[in-house]
Amino acid sequence: MSYLNSQDIHQFRNRILSISGEDASKCIQCGKCSAGCPVSPEMDVQPNQVLRLIQINDQDTLLRCSTIWICVSCQTCSVRCPEDIDIAKIMDSIRKLALEAKGPLGEEKVVKFSKIFINSIRKRGRVHELELVMKYNIALLQPFKDAHLGPVMLARRKLGILGHKIKEVGKIKEIFQNSKRLFKS
Amino acid sequence: MQIGYYPGCSLESSAKEFDLSIRAILQEMKISLKDIPDWNCCGASPAHYLNEELAKALPYRNLVKAEEAGLDRVISPCPACYSHLKHVHEEVLKESHLADRLGTIVGKRYGGGIASKHLLDFIKEDIGFDRLKSSMKAPLSRLKVVSYYGCLTRLPGVNIDDVENPVIMDEIVEVLGGEPLDWSHKTECCGASLSVSRTEIALRLVNSILEAAKEKGADCIAVVCPLCQSNLDARQGDIHKKYGTSYGIPILYLSQLIGLTQKLSYAQLGLDRLIISPKDLLLEKGIIEK
Repeated sequence: MSYLNSQDIHQFRNRILSISGEDASKCIQCGKCSAGCPVSPEMDVQPNQVLRLIQINDQDTLLRCSTIWICVSCQTCSVRCPEDIDIAKIMDSIRKLALEAKGPLGEEKVVKFSKIFINSIRKRGRVHELELVMKYNIALLQPFKDAHLGPVMLARRKLGILGHKIKEVGKIKEIFQNSKRLFKS
Repeated sequence: MQIGYYPGCSLESSAKEFDLSIRAILQEMKISLKDIPDWNCCGASPAHYLNEELAKALPYRNLVKAEEAGLDRVISPCPACYSHLKHVHEEVLKESHLADRLGTIVGKRYGGGIASKHLLDFIKEDIGFDRLKSSMKAPLSRLKVVSYYGCLTRLPGVNIDDVENPVIMDEIVEVLGGEPLDWSHKTECCGASLSVSRTEIALRLVNSILEAAKEKGADCIAVVCPLCQSNLDARQGDIHKKYGTSYGIPILYLSQLIGLTQKLSYAQLGLDRLIISPKDLLLEKGIIEK
């Protein structure tokens, strides 16, 4: 177990602590987070294991796992943790580090969706739902996924065809340019 | 009184009926809404890990815009929008260096004067159940309703009700004369945006929610989130196919239920926009007439 012999075993724990303010070393492995997690059946690493892997400095597994992308941030783990660790926030922090590491991601589809989502905001200041879903399905070469919902949604006037663009869209572009990926305090 | 309003992106399209019904019921209670001028998207979940500063700067601009428009209270019907606005407001009041940084990014300074409200706490605390009652013309008699909260009460900055066993929607259903049913799945997750990127996960989650509602004998599910509504309503066809079920449970916004007691029209409340039509149910219960 090479990661146990690494120079500083607390390296990854410290990194997470510095960007999220959450200390994974408080975890006592009670397993409450995994027991209550709605999406744990689809995860390759269970939430309590995520905390343990941080403790033993195994960042390689964490940066590549699909768990961090499947986590929907429903906050159930965070409100139930007896040690008061905001686990959802830790998941968010590992996502940031995984993107920063620029290696292969455990779940490219979720990231693709998020990027298209953000680009919609950059372009319009708001999200255009129809364009978002269509662009996503085209990007994933699955243009007909959910196409059966289209006519139903259209008939119920649930899809804006054109979408909105805010007046100060230039201002939004400025905000995008000025914002840094990680907040430095 | 003039109250600020931040509809958010979903309420412009997939959740138009949430927008229509909120505007209609509040107008009925003589509350006038003013939209935040030229509001922008709150950034939702994707902004969080893609760009941390952006995730805070987007809600920050809305707070600035609301303040510039002379507002002091803003209702955000979407739980995600609400959480983001409220959370950023609280963070900048606590951390001055964050306030400085966001002021620089957005180019304007937020003074800290916006109180964020969700529809639920606005109805309970600002309007009050007495005033709600006096706006009602006919109760929702015999309508069995399970209230679905999803992750709303757990979101950052949100402090509306208990995180494990919220009851505020049930209280409102009771005021409306409906029959609120206690059930097991009120705070289970609907799968959120996984319904687009990992659809099978969302179908599994929504199936168990619908199953629990059906077992309880609910006529309909009341919701206050555009994403919950969309996952529970629009995905029922896929779920019937995948799991061999046939729920057909209408998913109504709580604001639509309120509007029905105020005798607002079917179209005015956007009830014709729901995928699973509530028409037969409402006719059968005598809540609407042919």
